[in-house]
Parts: sequence; C-alpha cells; structure tokens
Amino acid sequence: MPKNPNIKKVLMLGSGPIVIGQAAEFDYAGTQACRALKEEGIEVVLLNSNPATIMTDKDIADRVYIEPLTIEVVEQLIDKEKPDSVLPTLGGQAGLNLAMELEEKGFLESRGVRLIGTTAATIKKAEDRQEFKDTMEKIGEPVAASMVVTDVEHGRLFAEQIGYPVVLRPAYTLGGSGGGIAHNAQELEEILANGLRLSRVGEVLVERCIAGWKEIEYEVMRDGVGNCITVCNMENIDPVGVHTGDSMVVAPSQTLGDKEYQMLRSSALNIITELGITGGCNVQYALNPHSFEYCVIEVNPRVSRSSALASKATGYPIARVAAKIALGYTLDEIKNAVTGKTYASFEPMLDYCVVKLPRLPFDKFIHAKRTLTTQMKATGEVMSICMNFEGALMKAIRSLEQHTDSLLSYDFSGLSEQELKKQLWTVDDLRLWRIAEALRRGMGLEEIHACTKIDIWFLDKIAALVEMEQRLQSEELTEACLREAKRMEFPDTVIARLTGTDVGTIKKLRRQWGIEASYRMVDTCAAEFAAESAYYYSVYGGENEVVPTEGKKKVLILGSGPIRIGQGIEFDFCSVHCAWAFEKEGYETIIVNNNPETVSTDFDIASRLYFEPLTREDVENIVRLEKPDGAVVQFGGQTAIKLTKDLMEMGVPILGTSADDVDAAEDRERFDEILEQCRIPRPKGETVFSVEEAKQAAANLGYPVLVRPSYVLGGQGMQIAIDDEDVEQYIGVINRIAQEHPILVDKYLKGKEIEVDAVCDGEDILIPGIMEHIERAGIHSGDSISVYPARSLSVHVERTIEEYTERLAKALHVKGLINIQFIVCGEDVYVIEVNPRSSRTVPYISKVTGIPIVPLASRVILGETLKGMGYHPGLQPRSRYWAIKMPVFSFEKIRGADVNVGPEMKSTGECLGIADTFTEALYKAFLGAGIRLPRHKNMVITVRDEDQQEVIPIARVFAQMGYTIYATSGTARALEAAGLKVKRVRKMEDPSPNLLDLILEHHLDLIIDIPHQGAEHSQDGFLIRRNAIETGVHVITALDTARALAQSMQSAAKESLSLVDIGTIAEPCYPQ
Amino acid sequence: MKAFLILENGRVFSGESIGAERETISEIVFNTSMTGYLEVMTDPSYAGQAVCMTYPLIGNYGICPEDAESDRPWISGFLVRELSRIPSNFRSRESIQAYLVRHGIPGMQGLDTRALTCLLREAGTMNGMITTNPAFDLEDALRRIHTYRVERAVERVTCSKPYTLPGSGYRVALLDLGAKRNIARSLEKLGCQVTVYPAFTKARTILDDEPDGILLSNGPGDPKECGPIIEQLKILYESEVPILAICLGHQLMALAMGGDTHRLKYGHRGGNHPVKNLETGRVSITSQNHGYVVDASRMDPSVAVPAFVNVNDGTNEGIRYVGKKILTVQFHPEACPGPQDSSYLFATFLEMMGGENHAEKSEY
Repeated sequence: MPKNPNIKKVLMLGSGPIVIGQAAEFDYAGTQACRALKEEGIEVVLLNSNPATIMTDKDIADRVYIEPLTIEVVEQLIDKEKPDSVLPTLGGQAGLNLAMELEEKGFLESRGVRLIGTTAATIKKAEDRQEFKDTMEKIGEPVAASMVVTDVEHGRLFAEQIGYPVVLRPAYTLGGSGGGIAHNAQELEEILANGLRLSRVGEVLVERCIAGWKEIEYEVMRDGVGNCITVCNMENIDPVGVHTGDSMVVAPSQTLGDKEYQMLRSSALNIITELGITGGCNVQYALNPHSFEYCVIEVNPRVSRSSALASKATGYPIARVAAKIALGYTLDEIKNAVTGKTYASFEPMLDYCVVKLPRLPFDKFIHAKRTLTTQMKATGEVMSICMNFEGALMKAIRSLEQHTDSLLSYDFSGLSEQELKKQLWTVDDLRLWRIAEALRRGMGLEEIHACTKIDIWFLDKIAALVEMEQRLQSEELTEACLREAKRMEFPDTVIARLTGTDVGTIKKLRRQWGIEASYRMVDTCAAEFAAESAYYYSVYGGENEVVPTEGKKKVLILGSGPIRIGQGIEFDFCSVHCAWAFEKEGYETIIVNNNPETVSTDFDIASRLYFEPLTREDVENIVRLEKPDGAVVQFGGQTAIKLTKDLMEMGVPILGTSADDVDAAEDRERFDEILEQCRIPRPKGETVFSVEEAKQAAANLGYPVLVRPSYVLGGQGMQIAIDDEDVEQYIGVINRIAQEHPILVDKYLKGKEIEVDAVCDGEDILIPGIMEHIERAGIHSGDSISVYPARSLSVHVERTIEEYTERLAKALHVKGLINIQFIVCGEDVYVIEVNPRSSRTVPYISKVTGIPIVPLASRVILGETLKGMGYHPGLQPRSRYWAIKMPVFSFEKIRGADVNVGPEMKSTGECLGIADTFTEALYKAFLGAGIRLPRHKNMVITVRDEDQQEVIPIARVFAQMGYTIYATSGTARALEAAGLKVKRVRKMEDPSPNLLDLILEHHLDLIIDIPHQGAEHSQDGFLIRRNAIETGVHVITALDTARALAQSMQSAAKESLSLVDIGTIAEPCYPQ
Repeated sequence: MKAFLILENGRVFSGESIGAERETISEIVFNTSMTGYLEVMTDPSYAGQAVCMTYPLIGNYGICPEDAESDRPWISGFLVRELSRIPSNFRSRESIQAYLVRHGIPGMQGLDTRALTCLLREAGTMNGMITTNPAFDLEDALRRIHTYRVERAVERVTCSKPYTLPGSGYRVALLDLGAKRNIARSLEKLGCQVTVYPAFTKARTILDDEPDGILLSNGPGDPKECGPIIEQLKILYESEVPILAICLGHQLMALAMGGDTHRLKYGHRGGNHPVKNLETGRVSITSQNHGYVVDASRMDPSVAVPAFVNVNDGTNEGIRYVGKKILTVQFHPEACPGPQDSSYLFATFLEMMGGENHAEKSEY
C-alpha cells in the first residue's frame, strides 16, 4: 500500500537508447524503482524505447511500452493507460525533459495526472540556468559569475567582462553536449554558436572558469516532509574542467577536512530544501583548494549516473528510496534494505575506499581527439572497492577491459624529459600513466601538481605505487614486500613480470606466506551494525568475514564489465536473467562484476555479489572461497567468455557449452573443419600474418576483401579493403591493437545479412525468429537496422538457415545460446560468424517474440530439454508484430570521430520500433533514435557514381514530401536526369559558398553521404559528416539506411501511432 | 616498530606503532566518522578511551590547529588502518604523525580496524592495552586491563577556574564537564557572552552571577560517578534560568530528576545517527559520542518528557522538562565533527533566554 492512497497507477519514463551521457545507470535506477513500486501494489506502466533494458521486461512492470520517447507518444499512452501519476525523475534527462514539456503544455493537468517524485516547479528551478542562479542567490549559495545568453554577441561581451577562460554550458542537454571551455573570443564563438543550437531552449550559460578547483559531489535525499540526508560525497581526482563522467572519482572525499566536508554537506541540504526536491538529487561543487571558497556548479534534481555510483559505493539504494518517497513515505519509515535494521534516514559510513574510472571509447575512435573536457565522452565506467586508495586504483585499472593491468600499461618512457613535462598538461585518458612515468623519473609532487592540478595526496598515492614497482624490480622479493604489493592490489602477473619470475612462483610464495585475499561486506554502516547484505569486495591484509553457505548448489555468473562500444547493456540483461533463472531452479547465484551502472550489481539481484575485477586472479580468489559447482560464462559477453579456459583450469565446471567448443568457433582452422563437416559454405578466406601474405590472399580471393584480427569484439579493427593500399593501411592499424593473433582476410560478399539467436539443448534447437539487416553485408551487425521477422527470404532460404543453425549448434555441442550471422546471396546461404554465447540481439528478440530465451537457455544448461519445457523445436511461428532494432550513435560527443558506418561497430545503443506494419515499425524506430523529420525540409545528397541510380528513388520520396534537395555536381546531374529538381552546391574544396556553408546555416534536416569504400581518400567526406553531426544534422552513410528512412516517411503523416504493450506478446501457440 | 593491542578478552591485534611509544591501558571504542579525526582526538569526552577510526585512511588533510575541540588531545590511544604519508590541505600545519608524537599519544596503524569494530560490536566496549613491547606477558597484561576503569574523568578534563569569553549579548554560563570548543563558539556566533565554569562549581556561584542561560556541556565517563555535580543540577533546575544540556549534561540532568542511565553495549560514536524530534516528527542526522544513555521511562511525565529519540535503536536522545525552560539532548548540536543539522538548537536556546530566533532555518 502506498502511503498516499491516491497513487494507484504510475507511468515511469525511461531514458531511451544508451548514448554517451545517458547509459545503463538509468536501467539500474528504473528497474530498482519499478520493483519498489510494485512491492507497494502499484500498477506500473513503463515507457522506454530501449529494448536491451531489464526495466522493459514484462516481469518488471505491469505494462511495458517500448516506444519512442516523444511527447506525442507519452500523451497517447497517458490517454490509453490512464495512469494517475507520472514518475519522471528516474529516467535521466530524457525522462525529465519529457515530463517538463507535458507539464508546460498543461497536458498533465488536463488529464488529471500528477507528477510524483518532484514537481515541475522544482525541476525548472534546478534546470533553468537563470532560475537556478536566482534561487542560489536567494539562499546565499555561491555560484560562479555567470550569465545566460541566447546569442553569441551577448556571450562575447560578458566573457570580456569576466575575463577568459570561460565555461560554456548549454541548458537542457545530455552529458554536457555542446559545452566546453573557451580561452579566447574565437573559441567562444565556435562553442557558443554550437551550444545554442543544441540546447532545447536555445540557452547557454557563460561562466567564470573555475578550472583547477577541486570538484566535489554530494548525493542527497529528501522526503516529502523535509527530512534530508546525504548518501555520500565523492571527490573527483581530476579537478574542475573534466566532466565528472570522464573523471577519476573517489568516494568518500579524501582531501577534505570535516570543516570543508560539513560546509558543503550543509550547503547541499540547504539547496535540496530550497528547491523542494522529494527524492534524490545530485549537487556538484567546485572548491577552491586554497580557501573555503566554493561554487555550486550544478544540481541534478533526479537520479543520475553519479547517484548510481553512490548507490553502489555505499550500498544505499537511492532509486528504491526515491520511489518510496514519491509514494509519500518519509525517510524514517523506509527500512534500510541492506542492514535490515536501520532506516533510510541515516547516512552511510564507508570503511573502505571506492574508485571509479571512466571507460573511454578511443579504442574504437582511434582518430578522435582524446582530450577530456566538460563534454562527457565515456561510454561506461568501472568501480572498485578496497581498504586503501592504491588498491582501489589498481583494481579499477585492471577492470577497464583495455589491456591495462597496472601503471605500466602505457609506455611513455620514450618521451624526452621536456616532452613529458609538456604532455603533463594534456588532460586525456592516458594522464594517469603519464603521471606515473613522471614520478618514475623522479619529478616532484609539487611540480606534477602544478601541471595537472591533481591534489598531491592522490599524486603521492600514485607515487607509492610507482615506488612499489621499483621495489619489486630491484629488491629481493621478501614476504613483507609481497604482502605490501598485494595490499596495494598488484596482480600476480605484474609482480611476476617485475620480479622476473612467473605467476606460478608468485602464487606459491603467497600460499606459503599465507597472503590471501579476504572478503568484506559492503554494509552501509562501517560495521556498526550487523548487516544482512551479500555484497562483497576483496582486500589483502584483513580478516575474511564472508562465510560460504552450505547446502544449496552454487553457480558463478560472470558479468560483462564496463559498458563499451561492442559490449553494451544487452549482456547485463542476459546475466541478470540468468541469475534469476538459476535462482528459480534452487541455485545460489554468485555474480562477479565491476560495473556500477548495471542492474546485475544491484545488491539483491544475485544471492551474492562480488564487486571485483573480472580477471583470472580475482575470479580465482572468489572460486577458492566459494567453491562453486559450476560457472556460466555464455551470458557475459566477451569479458566472461575470455575467462572460460581459466575457470576450467581452476577446476570449475563450465555449465553449458564447453570451453573447447567455444574455442572451436573462434579458432579459424577448427571452425573451417566444422563447417566442412556440416557442409556449410562460408565466404572464402585465408589466415595471414603479414602484409605481403595479406596482399597475396586478397589477390587470390579478388577484391573487395574483409580484413580483421581473429579475435574480435564488436568488429574492432575490421575493414573492407578494395585495393592493396587499403590492405597495407589496415594491417598497420590492426597490428597496433592486437599483435599476437593472426589476421583474417575474407572474400567480401555483398548480400543480405541475416542473424539468428538460438537455444540448443544438445538434441533440439529453438530459433525464436530470424532477423534481417536493412543494410547489406559490410556494416557491423550492431550498427545495422535489424528487422524481425525477416522480410525477403524465400521459404527455401529460411529452411536452410534453420537447418544450418541446427547443424552448427549440434556440431559445436551447444548447450544454451548460439548466435549465428549469415549472408544470403540469392538462394545461397553463407555463414560468416558463429558465437556460441548470448548476443546483442537476445533481449530484443526475446521481447518481440515473447520467448524468454535467457531463462530457457539457463534451464537447458541445467539439463532440461526444449520439448520438456513445452516448445516445438525449430524456427518458431512469427509473432504478429514487425519489430525493428535501430542502432543509436553518439558521434556528436566524440570530437574527431568519423561519422560513418562500416564493419567496425560504432553505435552506443539501440531503440525499438514495433508495430503492425513494417513501415510504421520503421518510422517508430527512426523516431526513437531521434530522427524526427521533416523539419526544415532541406537535405543534401552526395553519393558515389555507382550509387547514383540507386539514390534516385530515395530522392524522389523526399522530393515528394516537399524537400529541397541540394547535391554536388555528379549526384545533381544524375538526379536531374531522372527529372528531379535539385539545387547544386559546391564541394568543400571549392570556394565559398560551398557545402560547408550550407551545413553551418543550420537549415538542413539530413545529409545522405555515401563515403567511398576503403580508406577515406579525402578529408572532405569526413569534414562534411563531422560538421553536420556537430550542428545537429542527421547523417546517413549507407544507401540502405537512406532507403529505409524514405520508406518510413510514409508513416510520418499518420495522426497517431499504435502503441504495443510488450506484455501482450504471448509465447508461441502451436497448432494442435 | 611493531605495536600490539591486547583486548580484555585475550584477543591480540598487531600493527605498526604510531605516535608515542609508550604503553597505555584504556577503554577501546570505535568512531565511524569519515572526517574530523582531530576533532575526535581533542574531544574531552574521549578521556580514558582509545579510539579506533573505522574509516581506514586517516591523516589525509594533516592537522589544522583551528579544528581542535580543546587545547590538547584527550584520547588515550589512536587506532587506525592507515595514516597518510603526507598531509594535503591548505590549512594543515603538521602531519598527524608529528602531532601524536608531540602530544605523547600512543597508537598503532595497520591493524584490521574492521575486525576490531565487529568484535566491539558483538562483545561490547572492552578495555585494552596498546604496547610496543613484543615480549608482553599476556596474563599480567590481562589482569591490569581488567582492573582498568575510566575514573574521575570529568575532574581531569574540566577547566581549573572560570573565565569569560568576549561577547556582548546574552550571558551564558557554560558548565565545563569536558566541553568541546564549538559549544562556546556556537554561542558566540549568536552574540552570547560565555562564561566557562569548572565542572565542580557550586550552583549558587553560577546563579549568583545571574546568567541569562546555563549550558551543561558534554563530557567523559560514567554519569553516575558525577554525584556532586548532579546535586548542584537539582539546584539549577529549581532556578528559572533556561538550561540547554548536551550529552553528559543531559544525562546528569536526567539523573538529577529521577531518571536512570545505563551503559550502551558499544555506544554511539559517529556522525550519521538519525534522531527524531518527537514534537515535529522531523529527523535530523546528528553527531554523537556517548557510551551511556538515559532511561527516561521511569521519569515522572509531569516533570520530564522525551523530546528526541534515536531512529535506529529507539534510545532516548533528549528530554524536555515540563513547565521549565530546560531542554537536554544526548547528541551534539555543536557537531565538529559531524553534521551541523541540529545547530538550530543554539538558536532555540537563545529563544529560551528571551531572544529572537534569527537562525535562517530552524531545522532541515
């Protein structure tokens, strides 16, 4: 029963596709909140366009709509479902913005729907720059000198008045999009103009630059009667100037005395009280390191990425408590679910140190600018817990999944003294390693501090790690030294490397000297009360307080680590469902993961949660303690899969498909053998080690060819080469990333790309559905628009796909999930990739077919059969809906990243379009991805000569919609010849006015720019696309995508969209 | 140098010696504050106790002298997981290592503070010995540890003679039972003129000075040991002078008026304790440091009614005396360390003395 009896049916708004600045944390918060609401008997209606989320599961909410997050959709949904309340504060900025628009329009009032959680007036006070400033002034909370401007001229004048540098912050944008620091008038004009355009309300705040101050955050909660608490504070190791999402962060603050701590805490409570927030709130401060002077930087009147981090860092479930507060409960009425004894009206006390590091995407965008600014660039993050800072930092470094295991992972020893000093000023993702190198060379803390502005306390800790490296290198390895190295969380591998021995020796010494990891509980109260939590972390040099339970069978489930391009939230969805499925079967579930943003690391998902790096050593320590009966690796993506062999060597049985069979699918030669056995064709290809061999292979196969490293994640390093020059260039790039593995050169087939996920029990397979990609082969499956059910396959081809899937699943002895990608050319079916594990499409296909694939796979792993569970084997009957998965990119956040799609994955998230008709589903999918046309009805088309004929019908659709089409000469000629009216525009290399000027005029909706395949031969295309993205123009770089968009426009004119409750999609019903 | 902590139950923790290398026997308590170690060390209420900080990284911001809550550290010993190698704060004047040595406070780092905390939580507050002698005789040590009592602690910590702090407003008599500096400072901020009296000052002496209000401070030890002071409080009660009492002051007033006190299993020490105001229903997060608690259940409700209660364990956190301008609280409105959420009580006290409450916010 909710405290407020008038709340019976609540609409929760989710945050949509994962983009930089709005990631998995909102799935975590939303899922936790939904569960908290349902606990109270509330009927929950959920709207979120992201099908990969757990919150959009029919078990989580009562009615689930995976529909575009637009005003029209929400209005329609409110009229359809008639909720009495909307809870907008758990769906990130996207949810909040929607709620604000609805409120401002008076729609909510007209339907008698109330906003719960926080009022619109409060949201406005916190989010609107001027109102916020006025409010802060009223209560005497200092903010940096600033002014809201709506045009460049006023910005320039104000900047001159307060002096450069100035910070620019656009109002109402995600992750600080369009913001930055301007050091002079020229930079100001550039950033400000862009920021004004990106802001929903055309406002940008020009602010005194306080870069270099300490950046401190407080997570605060307030209930409806005014009780407030702070959940925790966090200190950014990077000073003000780097977005907190890209900063190295530590919790609690380390360099603040009680006076500073309480001063800011009191300020945060003042602010939350004045704003009248009911729920969670995040306040960011800049603190002058040389005085008590501080400024309030920002207030987020909602749960945020930081609050997810604070929840995981303290064990305090912020979203859950915020949801209960929204229902009218006060903090002292809400039980602390962790201790089971205390109440939500207390402040967590930590007796450990937490470090968060951002996961930046520069491994995917190798040409992008690596500099970190006030605009967030990280796709995800890792968190670690240890009793000391050094250890927490070391754990976080090896959790990054970036081939980093210590402060030695990036080598700057080649830099001259002078170069190194100069580079210390650079703030990018490698700064930590550069600082370590400076310390190795004996540079003083003060000197490094002068460049980096990082507090010397942190620098000294890094120095302690460097000293330990040097001790290990130069001294004999004594017991005391090893003990100290382990206390600082040096992995055995690094110790072995530094001491010139092997891991086995180090392990033996540790056993001999009794240097073992022990485990501690995250109990929210620094051991003051006995807690019931099952949330653990490891330390060296302390008593073990975690006692394995007896009786139940135990399964170890490895999570998927930080969210990064190629390994997104989908794998967390799979891990969580796996845990739930095993729990239902009576297992004790043990999750190991290091991602604070996810549902899998919530305190009550698994029976036990170990918040630890996912490396062999860390997992082995857990295995030694817990002695699990088996491990499941097939749901955690590449991170988990890569530990398979290690687990087997530890004697942990792999449940489901065996390690050997996983290897067979990944090892080229073994895989070829299997394909041959199964009589399944694949594009011809060769394995090579050198450029010369590669060129020979390409000659044998005939261009174009696909070049890629043999162990790939998300198509990393994969490229289509059209000539020898391309081959040379690509192999150069590949060798920079992964040297040990051979390189694959395959014939590139330009066919339809088809994908299936299947469950196999050893005897039978179940294919929930066949998915067809809109884009032809050559574009990474994660970046392709995926259509279910497949549209254009003959019955014969479908049969062949079913048949091949069965053969492959059996040949690989799959128990559980398998994902296969095919290329279909005419009636011929080729296999291009097989992954005997869960995939990116599993959540999507589960939801749109109503078949719970992960639970089925989990039960199969435990020995049940598909038939036994009531399923007919083979391809399942089609669902009644068309369902389209649309990739979503975050190109605008990454300066310098090329905006085009290809064999290497670049998208950060996805959304769904689901409807009775194909075109409506497609339209919804584009809408969900933020492509909302038409607006200005101007577009640019510039394609390659060979595409000119294909682009004509696409251009025609837009012309009929009233679009003015601009085109460069070649394309223009072709379009005119087809009878279309075209405005010619000069190419970039031509004098002004040219294409670039057109883009910068801001009246374009869309650019269809098909780049040349192979290496970019000119910088033009790159610049066009980059400028377009940065000015908010949609860019399409594949003809198939453009055609799909044109087709979807048929539904654009529709009055209203049909809304589909995912919960009504029933499991297949077989003919008797 | 190695150091050892020997507990009365025979359990021995080892670590590295910090501060003075001398042996000390005391009560062992833990504090969960994540900041404010200097405030803790200099809080006279810790006299006779060695404090274990549950937060593992201590000394990070060095010693900022103006944060001291009295002119010297009162703790008998200091137990931490890890002391920072360097202090980092613009106000820091020396490292915590140097400070401990300078004041002759023994202690150790590197011990498993969480394990110690769990032990104290389960077994209750214990006595213990910190020693650097590796050849300690356990039996002998235990015998000495068992006989240790925190005795006459108030006598040790109180000032020797009265003194008056500058100020021009209401005249407040502060009975120093081991007062933290921020009590006087908080009153000064409100314009009060504070006169500090030694703990054993006769009530008559104070009343003869005609103060506008009396503040009974915090302090160390078992309240029941303070019989003579309790007797004087009975006289103060009878006067019409408004009284605000904090911690030990609160306990002594309760004892004076028919209440009882008993020892908590392991005390409340930290900055995160939720306290509910029974009048308004509001909850504040408070700073706490007490090993004893008032049992108000047998107090005559026509004399005293509970005013505040601890949300976690339901223990008494404050009493309002019926028909009197007397308010006593178990927690620390002067904070330092800890949240400032209940500092409004000083303004309330000002109101009791007849002043206007100018505090911007009476309560969060």
